[in-house]
Amino acid sequence: MSENILELKQIRKSFGDTEVLKGISLCIHKGEFITFLGSSGCGKTTTLRIIAGLETPDSGSVILGGQDVTTLEPNKRDVNTIFQNYALFPHMNVFSNIAYSLRLRRVPKAEIRRRVEEMLSLVQLEGFGKRMPNELSGGQRQRVAIARAVINNPSVLLLDEPLGALDLQLRRQMQQELKKLQKKLGITFLYITHDQEEAINMSDRIVVMNEGRFEQIGAPAQIYDRPKTSFVAGFIGTANLFQGKVVSIEDGMAVIQTGEDRVCAAVENGMRIGEPVTFAVRSENVLVTKDPHPNFRLPATVSENSFVGGMLRLGFTLSDGRTIISSKHGIRTHITLGQPVYLCWEPGNAVFVDRGGADEAQE
Amino acid sequence: MKRRSKAWILVAPLYLVTIVLVFLPLIYIVALSFLKKDVLWGVTNEWTLGNYRQMLDPVYLKTFVDSLKLAFATTVITTLLGYPFGYFMAKLPPRWRNLCMLLVVVPFWTNALIRIYGWMILLRAKGVLNTALMALGILSQPMKILYTYSAVLIGMVYSLLPFMILPVYNSVEKMDWSLVEASRDLGATAIEAFFTVTLKLTLPGVLSGFVLVFVPSIGLFFISDLLGGGKIMLVGNLIKNQLLQARDWPFGAALSVVMMLLTLLIILLYRKITGAKDLEGFF
Amino acid sequence: MKGKKKFHFSSLYLILVLLLMYLPVVMVVIYSFNASKSDAVWGGFTLAWYGKMFQNRSLMDALRNSLLLAVASCAVSAVIGTIGAVGIVQGDFKAKGIIENGAMLPIMVPEIILGMVFLAFFSLLRLPFGMLTLIIAHTTFCVPYIFIVVKGRLAGLDRSIGEAARDLGATEMRMFFDITLPLIAPAVASGTLLAFAMSLDDVVISFFVTGAQTNTLPIKIYSQIKLGVSPEINALCTVMLLCTFLLICLSGWIGRGRKKRNPIKEETNL
Repeated sequence: MSENILELKQIRKSFGDTEVLKGISLCIHKGEFITFLGSSGCGKTTTLRIIAGLETPDSGSVILGGQDVTTLEPNKRDVNTIFQNYALFPHMNVFSNIAYSLRLRRVPKAEIRRRVEEMLSLVQLEGFGKRMPNELSGGQRQRVAIARAVINNPSVLLLDEPLGALDLQLRRQMQQELKKLQKKLGITFLYITHDQEEAINMSDRIVVMNEGRFEQIGAPAQIYDRPKTSFVAGFIGTANLFQGKVVSIEDGMAVIQTGEDRVCAAVENGMRIGEPVTFAVRSENVLVTKDPHPNFRLPATVSENSFVGGMLRLGFTLSDGRTIISSKHGIRTHITLGQPVYLCWEPGNAVFVDRGGADEAQE
Repeated sequence: MKRRSKAWILVAPLYLVTIVLVFLPLIYIVALSFLKKDVLWGVTNEWTLGNYRQMLDPVYLKTFVDSLKLAFATTVITTLLGYPFGYFMAKLPPRWRNLCMLLVVVPFWTNALIRIYGWMILLRAKGVLNTALMALGILSQPMKILYTYSAVLIGMVYSLLPFMILPVYNSVEKMDWSLVEASRDLGATAIEAFFTVTLKLTLPGVLSGFVLVFVPSIGLFFISDLLGGGKIMLVGNLIKNQLLQARDWPFGAALSVVMMLLTLLIILLYRKITGAKDLEGFF
Repeated sequence: MKGKKKFHFSSLYLILVLLLMYLPVVMVVIYSFNASKSDAVWGGFTLAWYGKMFQNRSLMDALRNSLLLAVASCAVSAVIGTIGAVGIVQGDFKAKGIIENGAMLPIMVPEIILGMVFLAFFSLLRLPFGMLTLIIAHTTFCVPYIFIVVKGRLAGLDRSIGEAARDLGATEMRMFFDITLPLIAPAVASGTLLAFAMSLDDVVISFFVTGAQTNTLPIKIYSQIKLGVSPEINALCTVMLLCTFLLICLSGWIGRGRKKRNPIKEETNL
């Protein structure tokens, strides 16, 4: 593993009676693009503020570049932040905004001028130095915020939903630019978002957060294909969750009784007959057939048929009333509403989740 | 573990001023109001409820009732005059609205006494008003207004009117007019819409105006002094006299405590009704 | 048709009430040009009172005292009120609510009570009544005006702007002077201006806490009105009225210019 630039150890934080962070730990490698993904109120912004030094944790520690900075003031930390609404200084022009941290460090004037110009060209805002922040568009403000934060070459750049205020098209474009910028500067990016697409597109690693805990940490593909918890499975993409009991194991295949139905899944290490399990199947992996397999009987009726996000989305109602979602590319289908069908999937596409105990035994 | 913020340095002077110059003096006044007055002047160390009992004397009781009546009358008249003003002002086009606002605020920035003095010039027996009315043939002989109850009332209303106009204006200005349109759409007449929607939504402003007018109107002793010619006795004048002429400080303190409680009651009532923490629209 | 009629009525009403508001002020201005010494008769036009006003020692003393008092108490309370509001908004302190409410009391209770309270309290402390007691009393009721205006402005300010400065390497002190203060400056100015007007205009509280030797302008005017006004006061008030008007126009003009260049509200509410 490469060198750790930032380490969080068992961080806890409460505001009043609510515990916002429940003992989180993480190592961040130098030069990586790591994203904290979670819905609002999951504690991701608080984590970022603790790293920036804008909050102090109740317990635990923050190690930055080998030094414990837990109680160090924000101005003495080698991290910079891009705030959610940019937080540009409204009474200073673009040049002064970007030059602010250099001026604080009493960098000579000529050097300030040179470095600010360099930054302006890096974010493609040459000639905008004299503009006031309120004379800029959203995208331009975004760029100023970036320039202001990276001019000091911080060892970690914290980005708090930086693209949240931009429209979809600009967002996509800025995602690309940020990614490029990160490659070019080699700065570690710690990115916060509630947008799963953004997280998957940009990150080297994703940290999925929920209610003050880390649900799963891993590469985007790993998070998508192998969710560890039902929360992660439900949060990213569209997944169908099943609960049941293992009734038999043969040839690496587990047959699971769920309700009145029987389905198959690839067996996992340490799985026993009779074990209660939860597993997820992504909607695009749900297949529709006319005839049941002996070990795979999941009868359903078609209840919904809609076109969402470039995919055909089919809804099925199971015999016990639960709804299963299946999606496929294209718009054509032979299925009609109310038609009885059987659902199935490749056993390898059923992913067991919430098997925390088994995982630990494995490690 | 916690990093100590240096912000306490910022609030220290505020804490100091509030504790030393607001809380301590208030505590002292409350204590003073329970002490017995010395024969000539000053106070003895004896505790008594006499100062409060003294207020029940019909003479003083009448002063209280008179003050409350005047304050009430002032509040009613300022509301009747000020509500339409604030309402119309909020509906002016922006340019005129700003000008109007400026015009309301300017007198408010000039010396209050001088404006009262202006009224004295106007209201004198041989003053401008009487002269004008007689010249127009409306009056055959001068009408006595100055040094009467009406003059005091005019002065009060005049001095406190902006305190009603501004909060009403603020609450009308930020009102969502689509609600009025909705009620009209649902079949209300313009008048019904006004009473069921507009008035209800601007009520916080009006109530804030009530407080801002009622509370000071109890204490403005100089208005009744000047326009009432010293004949109209209000609690404000009573306190002033007790302090400076009769030198009965404990009784003055007791009067102040009662007035303060009354004020607090009004403000608490306001907060309870509107649920707002600060008085609307004045700052 | 109906709407037009209504507009006429509302304009008429506004104009009428405004006329009534300005009537007494106009009286004072007119009578400052009155050649007769009595305010009951009109004795012809003169500018003499404007000259005599400057020779009236006690009047000029009172004016000087009032200005000194207003400047001193506003300067002190501008500092206390501003940093107090910044501190209160920033941090969590013991008894914060009690202090916040307590600090507002001086402008919530009727003035006469504040006057009475100070009179009794200052006698208890055996402070010599005069400029010192006036400044203390005025500071106490000026602080809340500035405090509440500045606090209101801070509430509308995006906290992360200050945090961004800290994040970029500013100490708390630098953040205050580089970011917070420039952004709340308009509020500090308008709060201080309001407090200044209140101090300059105050009769009731000053009446109780001033000494026999120290007259402020409102007290001087008060005693003069009771005894019979000399037209010099009319002249002085006309001059002050003019100054006030110019000051308000100036501050409005500055405010408008600032707004055009720098609509902070829009910026931070994004």
